[in-house]
Amino acid sequence: MAGLNKVVGSYDEALAGLTNDMTVMVGGFGLCGIPEGLINQMVKLGVSGLTAISNNAGVDDFGLGLLLRHKQISTMIASYVGENATFERQMLSGELNVILTPQGTLAEKIRAGGAGIPAFFTATGYGTPVADGKETREINGRHYVLEEALTADFALIRAWKADTMGNLVFRKTAANFNPMMATAGKITVVEVEEIVEPGELDPDHIHTPGIYVDRVIKGVFEKRIEQRTVKQA
Amino acid sequence: MALSREQLAQRVAKELKNGYYVNLGIGIPTLVANYIPEGMQVMLQSENGLLGMGEFPTEDTIDPDLINAGKQTVTAVKGASFFSSAESFAMIRGGHVDLTVLGAFEVDVEGSIASWMIPGKLVKGMGGAMDLVAGADNIIVTMMHADKHGNSKLLSKCELPLTGYGCIKRVLTDLAFIEIKDGAFHLLERAPGVSVEEIVAKTAGKLIVPEHVPEMIL
Repeated sequence: MAGLNKVVGSYDEALAGLTNDMTVMVGGFGLCGIPEGLINQMVKLGVSGLTAISNNAGVDDFGLGLLLRHKQISTMIASYVGENATFERQMLSGELNVILTPQGTLAEKIRAGGAGIPAFFTATGYGTPVADGKETREINGRHYVLEEALTADFALIRAWKADTMGNLVFRKTAANFNPMMATAGKITVVEVEEIVEPGELDPDHIHTPGIYVDRVIKGVFEKRIEQRTVKQA
Repeated sequence: MALSREQLAQRVAKELKNGYYVNLGIGIPTLVANYIPEGMQVMLQSENGLLGMGEFPTEDTIDPDLINAGKQTVTAVKGASFFSSAESFAMIRGGHVDLTVLGAFEVDVEGSIASWMIPGKLVKGMGGAMDLVAGADNIIVTMMHADKHGNSKLLSKCELPLTGYGCIKRVLTDLAFIEIKDGAFHLLERAPGVSVEEIVAKTAGKLIVPEHVPEMIL
């Protein structure tokens, strides 16, 4: 990396240092907003024993589903995994350790991790299996569960545009978990559709400031659609 | 006659108010969007990061970067905004959403809800449901009153793993509109043509029946 220029020219450089047994956050909601090329690079590297933190687990042949198929993930932290049959099979057979986490709690655990907040109380999950073994407290007559923050060795995210200094702009609902994950990785790698020069992004419109970003790579995206729904004419 | 899925959505839509921000769950709740009264301004929140969800796109306006929480391609209405998942759940957890509508497997007289997991069957995860029930004050649960064998889903105590404890106050089933308070179900309305006796027979938890139970107006 040269100074504040975060741009790397290859996927090998983008994921340099990612090794077995690391914790990796992967942005996206379903297949929307996932860093497709970075996921493919993890498959190529063959790293295993990963703890993956992502809202979903992709589908059988796309997104994180590819890592599951190659048994590279040993622990998965997610809120909903219904679209992936491989996932369900590995979970039921015990090959895969799964920590199902409410979606808002997952988002906040990552936000907290990036913001240096070690834990927080939330009403979400009180009285449910999610609260098992966790500290609870009554505050102003309501019950709350203590949830601990999450950070990762690598955060792999996708943005729409970046400048070379790593300032990011997301597009529509492809933002989802990406902005928080950008803050919570020891090394944050961003795969983007377009890289521009500093000054081309309006500072008022930057979603994620470059301080959180370590590496930027320009990707080519398939943008597969999970549920193609159209209005009847 | 028990209410159809469309009629359940129609009845829920009667609870909408002008200026409401509303989160609609997957399934029957999604249909409520089809019955927003003419001239009423309602903004639909989708927890993946969209306030102001519109209808499905046409083939030529479809955008893979614009989906709803069910991962379906959608559009955004004029005045919509996009934001992160953390921001989205700040809206939900912080009580800023005026009405939340979601489905359930079971509810009980304490207002607890089970909707995400059936042990022994495949487990898909809770998604945003636990945050929605914990964060919203105004929730309507839409569900079937009994299973296909006639077993009640309105119980003294939920048998399945909970989604939320003591957080549900109103339930609309295919047979009745019910309020939960003081450790009991209270019958507010019955579906057109459905007898109080049938509702009593299919409600396992304690049910308070007032002298007069009006028929629902759809």
